Amino acid sequence: MAFFLETLLGGLMAGMLYSLVALGFVLIFKASGVFNFAQGAMVLFAALTMARFAEWFPMWTGISNPVLANTVAFLIAGAVMFVVAWLIERLVLRHLVNQEGATLLMATLGITYFLEGLGQTIFGSDIYKIDVGMPKEPVFVLESMFEGGVLVNQEDVIAAVIAAALVALLSVFFQKTVTGRALRAVADDHQAAQSIGIPLNRIWVVVWCVAGVVALVAGMIWGSKLGVQFSLATVALRALPVVILGGLTSVPGAIIGGLVIGVGEKLSEVFLGPYVGGGIEIWFAYVLALVFLLFRPQGLFGEKIIDRV
Amino acid sequence: MFYRENGQFKTSYKADQQIFPIAQDRWIIVALIVFAFAGVPLLASDYMFRAILIPFLIFSLAAVGVNILVGYCGQISLGSGAFMAVGAYGAYNAFVRIPDMPLIPALIVGGLCATAFGILFGLPSLRVKGLYLAVATLAAQFFSDWMFLRIKWFTNDSPSGSVSVSNLQVFGLDIENPLSKYLFCLGILVVVALLAKNLVRGAIGREWMAIRDMDVAAAVIGIRPMYAKLSAFAVSSFIVGVAGALWGFIYLGSWEPAAFSVDQSFKLLFMVIIGGMGSIMGSFFGAAFIVVLPILLNQLLPLMGELVGLEISTAGISHAELMIFGALIVWFLIVEPHGLAKLWSIGKQKLRLWPFPH
Repeated sequence: MAFFLETLLGGLMAGMLYSLVALGFVLIFKASGVFNFAQGAMVLFAALTMARFAEWFPMWTGISNPVLANTVAFLIAGAVMFVVAWLIERLVLRHLVNQEGATLLMATLGITYFLEGLGQTIFGSDIYKIDVGMPKEPVFVLESMFEGGVLVNQEDVIAAVIAAALVALLSVFFQKTVTGRALRAVADDHQAAQSIGIPLNRIWVVVWCVAGVVALVAGMIWGSKLGVQFSLATVALRALPVVILGGLTSVPGAIIGGLVIGVGEKLSEVFLGPYVGGGIEIWFAYVLALVFLLFRPQGLFGEKIIDRV
Repeated sequence: MFYRENGQFKTSYKADQQIFPIAQDRWIIVALIVFAFAGVPLLASDYMFRAILIPFLIFSLAAVGVNILVGYCGQISLGSGAFMAVGAYGAYNAFVRIPDMPLIPALIVGGLCATAFGILFGLPSLRVKGLYLAVATLAAQFFSDWMFLRIKWFTNDSPSGSVSVSNLQVFGLDIENPLSKYLFCLGILVVVALLAKNLVRGAIGREWMAIRDMDVAAAVIGIRPMYAKLSAFAVSSFIVGVAGALWGFIYLGSWEPAAFSVDQSFKLLFMVIIGGMGSIMGSFFGAAFIVVLPILLNQLLPLMGELVGLEISTAGISHAELMIFGALIVWFLIVEPHGLAKLWSIGKQKLRLWPFPH
């Protein structure tokens, strides 16, 4: 039982991290109808920027205060993501308005290649560390209930808390601020939003920025867990089943989808994997999402698709 | 002046319904095929065959297959790499497990395995549409990656997981040197491409296009969505499977599951979109673009670096290659979202009037 709980908790934590990446997909899809394959590359790019500047800052200024270095690096990375978002809107999206979904998808794949190449050209292609001082030691909890207790990774807990805080922050931003309201209006109906004077282009920049910041936070957490390296870009492929399971247009869907996929993945790997040779978590997530889709083709919380002839 | 259909009167149904109704098109196609079979072998070097022509032919074949599914039937698929893998491993197993298996039936067995796999993973298309389907087809990709890595039976229990074939023969002729490989691939490509061209203008091709344009409307006028979608998956994955088998047998010779990774799927989709969705001709353009571009960049970048006095490391070149590749694709999608085939048809329109303005 304790082992089961441990796996379950591990799955929930991993799921929280998937949700963070999935959130980036959902934000952009809602506001601009673009299925942004480049989210993974953005995570990598943001993490690389942060890791390298945290390393360079003490070298350049001679101040060896890790908190300051990390804060400065975080801010710089945020600014870089803003520039990236602005450039993407300016150079790519603006010219591809009203194109088919497949064409837009391919364009973001082109952006993926570009960002991966650019990131590694500027920042190098080794494995870098992001050290934001998260405790690494696992702790035992609930020792009174189970013999030996349940092993919990402190780092995972903090990551989950940060993710939850980010989601809360985003929902406040979306519900309470003027920009957030404009974003929701654009997500609802492009033309109606434009007709009451909401500048579409600026909204797209804002939304790509928000997605960039989400990518930065995701990159920071994943990076401090696994090290910043090229494989971070493939995180996007792990998060895709989360997005379609939760629904492409739903923020809560991304969170709940992430938890379902995280738990499903871990449980299947631990309890089903040994029978079929292991390594099944990556395709199991997709098959799980597929099974859900067969019953709800627009995902758990997606808007109902209405076909008219 | 030279390209117009004036004066070409059709006097029989047969003449009216041929694949290329305009005489000039017929002559160009015949001339192209003759040139590919007889002219190219005289001109090209071994390097050209190995690095450019053979990959181009195999990818064209695969792109024709993907185009049937994505371009004609409108089902976006990111699992084409998996269909290639199933084709390659299916053909491999038929080739090594059955004694004296000839090459062509082995390729067909590979294609049939891919068909079965394609229909299985095409089933969700009956419920799921658009981008949801595109992501769902990735399930096929990751499942096949896992299957050929972990289940040892498929790789004939080879300890390293890589498999190889040798001693390829067709009708008693060895397929060992680049020229014979080229001719073999070309033969298969010509046959399949003509069949595909014929298929998409027949009843079933029209059903696919109706489904692509609006599936509810198509169902209302009596097209069976299940039959149309699954047949598109079947035909497409058969062709992609044969292409995968050729990729393994003819181009690679020995391969491991990583040869058919998700990158391969993306590449195939790029070919279809850059070439032009819903155009057999476009598949060839797209394949040529994607095959030649990386080679060109690889050759040109160090030269350009030298020109400005810059020493670029090998890693730097591969990163710059990635960047330019990505940027070119985005640029291309912006200037011609309908693909190279659109340019081709614009060219034909212009040629019809040339040299007179009206």
